[in-house]
Amino acid sequence: MSAATLSVRVSLHARQRGQERGLDLDVAFEVPPGVTVLFGPSGAGKSRTLACIAGIVRPQRGRIALGDDVWFDSDTGELLAIHRRRVAYVFQSLALFPHMTAAENVAYGIPRDVPPPERRRIAVEMLTKMRVAHLSDRRPRTFSGGEAQRVALARAFAMRPRVMLLDEPFSALDVGVKKELLREVSERLADDPIPTILVTHQPEEAELLGERVVFIEEGRITRTASMSEGPFR
Amino acid sequence: MDHTGCSSPPSTFMRPEAFGVRCPHSRYESLTSSMELGPLLLSFEIAATATVLAAVIGITVAAVLANLRFPGRDLVDVLFTAPIVMPPTVLGYYVLVALGRRSVLGQAFEWLTGTSIVFTKVGAVVAAVIGAMPLVVKSVRTALEETDPTLVLAARTLGAPPLRAFFTIQLPLAYRGIAAALMLAFARSLGDFGVTLMVAGNIPGETQTAALAIYDAIQAHREDDARLMIAVLTGLVVVLLYVVGKLTARERSP
Repeated sequence: MSAATLSVRVSLHARQRGQERGLDLDVAFEVPPGVTVLFGPSGAGKSRTLACIAGIVRPQRGRIALGDDVWFDSDTGELLAIHRRRVAYVFQSLALFPHMTAAENVAYGIPRDVPPPERRRIAVEMLTKMRVAHLSDRRPRTFSGGEAQRVALARAFAMRPRVMLLDEPFSALDVGVKKELLREVSERLADDPIPTILVTHQPEEAELLGERVVFIEEGRITRTASMSEGPFR
Repeated sequence: MDHTGCSSPPSTFMRPEAFGVRCPHSRYESLTSSMELGPLLLSFEIAATATVLAAVIGITVAAVLANLRFPGRDLVDVLFTAPIVMPPTVLGYYVLVALGRRSVLGQAFEWLTGTSIVFTKVGAVVAAVIGAMPLVVKSVRTALEETDPTLVLAARTLGAPPLRAFFTIQLPLAYRGIAAALMLAFARSLGDFGVTLMVAGNIPGETQTAALAIYDAIQAHREDDARLMIAVLTGLVVVLLYVVGKLTARERSP
């Protein structure tokens, strides 16, 4: 079940509402379990591609499926709502809920059929794994950059996602903290590999976490490579 | 005391008879200053009820306008904002037509509750709701639109259906703006004059709110009788607006 591959084919043209730039997005790629890096300059359409996968933006044409489970198909009109996709999306801004404690943030994504005390227990357990259990009852306003990152990642892992999307969540961190965190994340991902996309424009980040890399420029995929081929050298 | 009719001058621009209310005698009530408390308490009762109603309807409308795109959205916005600039007499006319004793709604309400909407306390509440509604819709909509949309999207990706994301994320994050809106609504409800006079009349003990009682007292050169009401209304509005200012100022700073 967790070994399904995510296949993405989306076309999205300029003048679509909410589109800030006149970007034509036209991409197709596969994301097997493990980390695939989506690499390219800002404005290349990386975040927009993630938004399509999460269901936040509806492409004009294309098909998005996880194994046999179709999330979007412009031919059949199928469209699975955001909240039914179980996609963990770690935003660049992290999007921690400011009016909730760290534990409440993490518990938010745990399915409702789990009773609240159990949700809290799972949340604190995940915060412990991310080494921020001491923040459980504090609100995000008081967190440092690295701490906020860890809570956001704990929230993503705790929801037991089927797909994980990381939209440059490490870009604001200093190098030392970043390396340590990237190592922990890759360990956690290796426990239970699911299709994971890391968006970045920093080669060292890509090399540390990624197994494959998809290069994207001006809304088009220019190259796909395995990290063992040393695509950045 | 005369509870049956609509007494005080000037009643030339308000003829309840035309809407099915009978005035056995149009006699001017003489009020002693100890009776200022009655209209004030009535004003508070009506304003509190109106605020609750305006909150329920207004927050719902604001949420729809802030989050959904549909044909006619701008028209709904205009409809709920219009009372700010519409003459009270025009609004009052519409209410009398829509909810008067000859209207379908008016008759249905009377059949259900045994009391008519117009020229009763219910009418005064309706009048106050109409005055307060635009303030609630406008302020709550702004507060909802100022919340970070990424947070709502994050909630959705974490498995929350749209309504849960609204009630657990967007609404609590907008609480300052909503609290400010409800205070404005209360202050506005407290002071309604025009629409109240049109649809509820000026019946002492029933629909004579402080705003109307003040008018009566001034007309009759009994300013002394209005002093307490004027002071209370002024003080309360100043305090409410001060708190509203505090709430919305802190909301804007990060």
